[in-house]
Amino acid sequence: MKTITKLVFRSRTYNEQKALWGFLYVLPWLLGFLFFFFIPLLTSLQYSLSSIKANANGMTMKYIGFANYIEALTVNTSFNRILTESVVNMVVNVPLIVIFSLFLAVLLNQKFVGRALARSIFFLPVILASGVIATLEASSLVQAINEQNANGGVFSSGTIELANIMLRSGVNEDIVLYLMDAVQRIYQIVSQSGVQILIFLAGIQTISPQLYEASKIEGATGYEAFWKITFPMVSPLILVNVIYTIIDSFSRNNMTTLIKETGFTTFNFGLSSAMAWIYFLVIMIILLVSAYFISKRVFYQE
Amino acid sequence: MILARLLSLESWKRGLWTIVRLVLIIGLSFVILYPIIQKISTAIKDKADLYSPIVVFIPEHFTLDNFKQAISIMDYWETLANTFVLSSMTTIMTAASCAFAGYAFARLKFKGSNLLFAGVILTILVPPTTILIPIYMNLKDFTLLGVIPLLTGGKSLNLLNSYWPFILTSLTANSLKAGLYIFIFRQFFRGIPKEVEEAAYIDGAGVGSTFLRIMLPNAIPSIVTVLLFSFVWQWNDSFFTTTYLTSSKVMSTQLSSLPYNLQILLEGGATTNKDPFFMSMVQDTGILLAILPLVILYLFVQRYFVESIERTGIVG
Repeated sequence: MKTITKLVFRSRTYNEQKALWGFLYVLPWLLGFLFFFFIPLLTSLQYSLSSIKANANGMTMKYIGFANYIEALTVNTSFNRILTESVVNMVVNVPLIVIFSLFLAVLLNQKFVGRALARSIFFLPVILASGVIATLEASSLVQAINEQNANGGVFSSGTIELANIMLRSGVNEDIVLYLMDAVQRIYQIVSQSGVQILIFLAGIQTISPQLYEASKIEGATGYEAFWKITFPMVSPLILVNVIYTIIDSFSRNNMTTLIKETGFTTFNFGLSSAMAWIYFLVIMIILLVSAYFISKRVFYQE
Repeated sequence: MILARLLSLESWKRGLWTIVRLVLIIGLSFVILYPIIQKISTAIKDKADLYSPIVVFIPEHFTLDNFKQAISIMDYWETLANTFVLSSMTTIMTAASCAFAGYAFARLKFKGSNLLFAGVILTILVPPTTILIPIYMNLKDFTLLGVIPLLTGGKSLNLLNSYWPFILTSLTANSLKAGLYIFIFRQFFRGIPKEVEEAAYIDGAGVGSTFLRIMLPNAIPSIVTVLLFSFVWQWNDSFFTTTYLTSSKVMSTQLSSLPYNLQILLEGGATTNKDPFFMSMVQDTGILLAILPLVILYLFVQRYFVESIERTGIVG
C-alpha cells in the first residue's frame, strides 16, 4: 500500500503535486461552499418561485412562478418603501464614507503628537459597531434626554448658520443640504468607516516616499501632491472600499430585518426568499454600475 | 529678504494646518468616544441624577446598582463565558481553514481554481439574508446528504441551539465573513516572494511542511488581522447568533432580548421601578457590559491591530 502511494506521488511532476495539494487545501472550503452556500442559494431561488405550505409530514412546495415577486413588489405594504430607503441610504452614505475615510487616512498618516492614540481611537468603532448595539442605542431614552440637556439645539443652529453662509456664497442648494445631512449623521459615518480608513492607510503607506520627495523638489504643494500622487495611487482602493461599504451595510439595515421577519415570524418562506432575491439583484446592479464607473477612472501602476 | 518672508508664510500655513488638524482630530475622537463616556456615566449614576439638570457626566449620587441589575438580568458571567468560548472557537477554526484555502488560491493553482475563487467572491457579495432560510431549514433537519438518517434509522438531527452550526461553518471556511478572510490571506500569500518557497522545495520540503514551517510564520500579520476581525465580529454578530442560538446564553442574544427581559422584571418588580428611564439606564449598562470585554481586549491588542493591517497586503 505504502509503495503504491509512493509510486503515485513519485510519478507526478512538482506542479501536478502542487495542484493536488492545492485541491486538498481548498476542499474544506469547497464542501462548505456547496453545503452552506451554493445549495442553499439554489434552494432559496426555488423557494422564491414556490408557495410553501407546512403540514403534518413536512413541507409541500408548489411552483407558482413569479407570484411571490409580484406580491413583494405590489401587495406587501412595506417592502417597496424599505427597499427604496435602503438603496437611497446606500447611495447617500457610500460616497460620504469613502471620501471621509480617505481624508482621515491622509490625516492619520501625517506625523503629529499623539498619532498612535488618535489611530487607536479612530479604529475603536471597528470593534464596537454592531447590529444589536446600534438598534438598542436608537431606542435609548437616556441618550435622548442627555442630548436634549447637553446641546439643546446648539448643534443644529450652528449648522444652519454655516448653511446660510454657504448658500449666500453661491454653493448649490442640493450640495449644501447633502453636507448638512452629513454633519447631522457624523457619528454614523465615523462609526462605519473604521475598516475603510485602515485600508486607505495601508494603501498610502505603500506609496514610495521618493515620489513625494521629487514632487517637493519640483515645488508642489501638499494639496497638489495629494491630487497628483496620493489620490491616483490609492484610487484602486476606492473601488475596494465602495464594495466593502456596500457589503458592510448588509449586517445592519431594515431590509435584512424585514426579510428575516417575513421568514421567521410569519413563516412566509416563499415571499421572504423572493424579497431576498430582489434585494440581492438590486445590490448587484448597484455594485456593477459603481464598479464600472470607478474602474474606468482608476489608475493602475502597471 | 523675499525668501525669509516666504519662509514665514510657509510656517504660518503649517501652523494653521496643525491647529485645524488638532481640532478635527479631537472633535472626531470626541464624537467616537462620547457614547462610551456617556454610557459609563449613566451606568454609575443613581436614578435621582437622571432628571437633574446639573448632572451631565459626573453623577452626584454614585451607585453600582445599575451594574447589579444588568448583571443579574443578563446572567452576565455565564453569558460572558459562553460568548468567549463560542467566539474563540470559531475564530481559531475560521482562521485555520481560511489560511489553507487562501494559500491554495494564491500559490497552489490547479485546474478550475480560478473558477472556485470566483465562488469565494460570490460568497462575499451575496447578502447573508438571501440564503438564511434554506440554511436554517437545513440545520433544523440536518441529514448530511442522507447519511445521518441511515445511521439513526430515519431521524435527522436538529442542530439548532447548539454550537454545531458555528463549528461546521467555520471548519469549512464558510462562517461569518469568511470570504473576506480568504481574500486577505490570498492577497498576503501572493505578496511573499516565490523564491522563499522554491528554496524550501529545493531543500526537500513538501508542500505541507513548506506551508506550515515557511509560509505561515511569515504570514503572522495577516493571521493576527484575521484572528482579531473574526473574534470581534463573531462577538458582535447578532444576525447568525440570534437565528441559530435562540435560547443559549451568549452576549448578542442576551442583548437583543434585554429590553424584553427588562419589561418582565418591571411588570413583577416594585412599583418604584416602573420607570422607562430607569429601564433605559439598565439597558445602557447592559450594552456597556457587553462591549467592555472587547474594549479591554482592544486596549491590549490595538497596536498589533493597526500595525498588522498595514502589512497584510489587502492593498495588493
